[in-house]
Amino acid sequence: MSAAPIALPGEPRVDLAAARAHGLSDAEFAAIERLLGRTPTFTELGVFSVMWSEHCSYKSSRKHLKTLPREGASVVGGPGENAGAIDVGDGWVAVFKIESHNHPSYVEPYQGAATGVGGILRDIFTMGARPIASMDSLKFGALDHPRTRYLVNGVVGGIGGYGNCVGVPTVAGEVMFDPGYNGNILVNAFALGLARREDLQSARAHGVGNPVLYVGSATGRDGIHGASLLASAEFDAASEAKRPTVQVGDPFTEKLLIEACLEAIKTGAIAAIQDMGAAGLTSSSSEMAGRGGLGVELDLERVPLREANLTPYEILLSESQERMLIVAEQGREAELAAVFERWDLHAVVIGKITGDGRWRARFKGDVVADIPVAAISDDAPVYDRPAAPPSAPGAATIPRPAAPAIRPAPAAALRALIASPNVASRRWVFRQYDSLVLSNTVAGPGGDAAVLRIKGSRRGLALKVDSNPRACAIDPYLGAIATVCEAARNVACVGARPAAITNCLNYGNPERPEIMWQFVRGVAGLRDAALAFATPVISGNVSFYNETEGRAIPPTPTIAMVGTFADVSLNVKHYFSFPGDAILIVRTAAPALAASEYADLFGVASGQLAPIDLARERRLIDGLVECAQRRLVRSAHDVSEGGMAVALAEACCNPTAPFGAAIDPDATDGDVAALFGEGASSVILSAPAENVEVLREVFAPLEVREIGRVSAAPRLVIGRDIDEDVAALQRLYEDALPGRLGRHD
Amino acid sequence: MKWGVVRFPGSLDDGDALWALRDVLGQEAFPLWHKDETLGGAECVVLPGGFSYGDYLRCGAIARFSPIMKSVARFAADGGLVLGICNGFQILCEAHLLPGALTRNRSLAFICDFVNLRVENAATPFTRAARAGAVLRMPIKHGEGCYVAPEDELRQLEERGQILLRYIDENGEATDAANPNGSMRSIAGVANERFNVFGLMPHPEHAVEATLGGIAGRKIFESIAGVAR
Repeated sequence: MSAAPIALPGEPRVDLAAARAHGLSDAEFAAIERLLGRTPTFTELGVFSVMWSEHCSYKSSRKHLKTLPREGASVVGGPGENAGAIDVGDGWVAVFKIESHNHPSYVEPYQGAATGVGGILRDIFTMGARPIASMDSLKFGALDHPRTRYLVNGVVGGIGGYGNCVGVPTVAGEVMFDPGYNGNILVNAFALGLARREDLQSARAHGVGNPVLYVGSATGRDGIHGASLLASAEFDAASEAKRPTVQVGDPFTEKLLIEACLEAIKTGAIAAIQDMGAAGLTSSSSEMAGRGGLGVELDLERVPLREANLTPYEILLSESQERMLIVAEQGREAELAAVFERWDLHAVVIGKITGDGRWRARFKGDVVADIPVAAISDDAPVYDRPAAPPSAPGAATIPRPAAPAIRPAPAAALRALIASPNVASRRWVFRQYDSLVLSNTVAGPGGDAAVLRIKGSRRGLALKVDSNPRACAIDPYLGAIATVCEAARNVACVGARPAAITNCLNYGNPERPEIMWQFVRGVAGLRDAALAFATPVISGNVSFYNETEGRAIPPTPTIAMVGTFADVSLNVKHYFSFPGDAILIVRTAAPALAASEYADLFGVASGQLAPIDLARERRLIDGLVECAQRRLVRSAHDVSEGGMAVALAEACCNPTAPFGAAIDPDATDGDVAALFGEGASSVILSAPAENVEVLREVFAPLEVREIGRVSAAPRLVIGRDIDEDVAALQRLYEDALPGRLGRHD
Repeated sequence: MKWGVVRFPGSLDDGDALWALRDVLGQEAFPLWHKDETLGGAECVVLPGGFSYGDYLRCGAIARFSPIMKSVARFAADGGLVLGICNGFQILCEAHLLPGALTRNRSLAFICDFVNLRVENAATPFTRAARAGAVLRMPIKHGEGCYVAPEDELRQLEERGQILLRYIDENGEATDAANPNGSMRSIAGVANERFNVFGLMPHPEHAVEATLGGIAGRKIFESIAGVAR
């Protein structure tokens, strides 16, 4: 073993106070001294602080995440890679993952959101898959909160600025406004890529002596301590000062990196590859070595730098974007470098794989860090934090001002709901995203789920991201189940079979038992629902510390569901297309106002959530898939925010020309819950009248209720309650967000 | 017909143009690398959409200095057919192969949407498969597509019939509301004086399949392909 690493001249002293300033607990600092048998150098302290941060180590969540179902017939590759993968047929695998970029996006919305997109894309192409689609789940504070408009413009601009320039279409997403996020927005970015099965790459290093290649952008001082001090701590009055910990994105370089990496992978000269994301060079090098049970040695003065005089500490902790680390097969590094040079990118050998299980960094001949690899990967602390329900629902989270209780007439309620910030058309947002590039988008944003074709095959994919923080705030277990059900339903509505899940679990401070309880219950709900739908959770991310001044966001497990089509031409639209078609509703339970947009808007005290029967939910999903495969329906639309009345209005809005609907009085009979309730899983179908009997068989034992007919005249008539011009509703629906956020025409 | 699709660093719709030409329309099409100076025998050169060199300075401002652009300029001067789509249109303007310039959308926001276009001059190599006044529905997706030119230049463009496409509404009128980006005179596409160089902001390569945004874009490619016959 080599001599202990040296402290560099001028480096701060390492003691308990320095450890605390790095976000490490006293016990963690003691454990580090034990593992090393000495006090760490300042550089090593920095390394431990990021690798043992909540963001990188999952120390509070790991125990619970292990309970999620990860296996399934279609799952490809082992756990621990950068993203999960499933077999989608004809030799293709889909690689996908969702990840949070919440705190950076609140501090610096444009760059925070942009680098969120960039980071998740690298997780995909590092696996050898070409990214073909992005989605985003965005949670902002109330629309009238003074900071919201600034944040919306920044985040949407950043997602578009990066995604449009990197050439990956943004095909779906969700946007919600809720006072629970006034001080802590959520930006969860999803990406999906396609690869031939044999081209899938690993992030597991092998081959002692194999050279370690640094490729991509040069290293600067940006993003230092993004993972530890920004992502793994609550917000307070001083958070603005953390802006320098946000990285700056360069989508042009990312585009070059995608092309160069995919070309380099084709050479077969790559042993392992990982992006330099959170904790940059430190995490990528130690994780690749750790997975292979090997060691690694880095020569830091060989790292390409943006400015002179970066210290080893800064080089190791920088989170500069658009960088990848590659373990090359020995002797083939020049072949790889040639590919990157063709794309005008750096490619420099900065170290090698060793057999001694040490993570060692040298700088100008001196060893500056020498740590057992296992100490910063496997031996990071794991906590079993106490969990206890709060004294009252919502006690742990940001208080929500109740709207004044009013009871508008149904028609007025519909007009208000359809223009409310959480129901109105998202066109203002998605019109700023390129949803078409790569020529795979069969159905883009605005439908129940995005539909993509797989070129050269009849197959296709459906994607949707969903969350339901209102339900989770009432009951974090049932809320998580409802979220998975909705994501599965959206994917099944367009006709795809739900195949697998990636999740982003956004919660408050896990050191508080009531938050930990929300998290544990959320994971349990996710687990039970994923098992019921046979949709394994193949990748994901946990974001804790979403708090400001000690109050947490509503518990927000975000679920992205990917579904598969054997024949993508059988995809189903959400809107009516044929006058005279029967309109049907299929429900798993009676609708209720709990956690609904109606309750929120009109001050209805939200009660408890009704239990969810997962067997009936599964029946609904299977029925929807069968409807598409047998071409039994002409449209299928999930009932979500705003309930049945809003779903019917949306279904009338055929983009070619609006249709109408005539709904029987006994379908609602003045019942507010039937009109606007959201509690149960419901879908609205339209089908030729002669198919109704078959549809009853398809969904049995669920009731298929025929509630009316599609009409050529564009009026939405619901019994004696509602009689509205569809074009007028459409204007309300389309104009609401531009009216609030600024017009773009 | 042989088509060469130029690949600049940061080109994004190059693959889509190749897909549309080769796989959908059955043409012979191949990529051209920006560092090369030959055009591989292409009879029509396509400059595709994207953000060449990141477009951090001004759209197309760097790409025009690419090695291959010297050959493209010579090719155009010899009467060769050049089609610039979106970023390609911006590059052709920067290279002065087309008149005018493309500036930021008047909303200052990126817009991805479908638009209706009217064929203003069907007697050109780029539009001859359509009839004059025909309406073509295609997507746009750009942040800088506001076409501007000096007033006398615009007048000349009109007189010589160089304006090939205009943004129109569902009633066929070139109204201000139907103008997505604030382009002068609702201009969506212009040709040079010799009618062998054509630039347009809409994406015909994203409108060649019925299941993906319609087939109106085929008219542009079929017009060009018809020239060779």
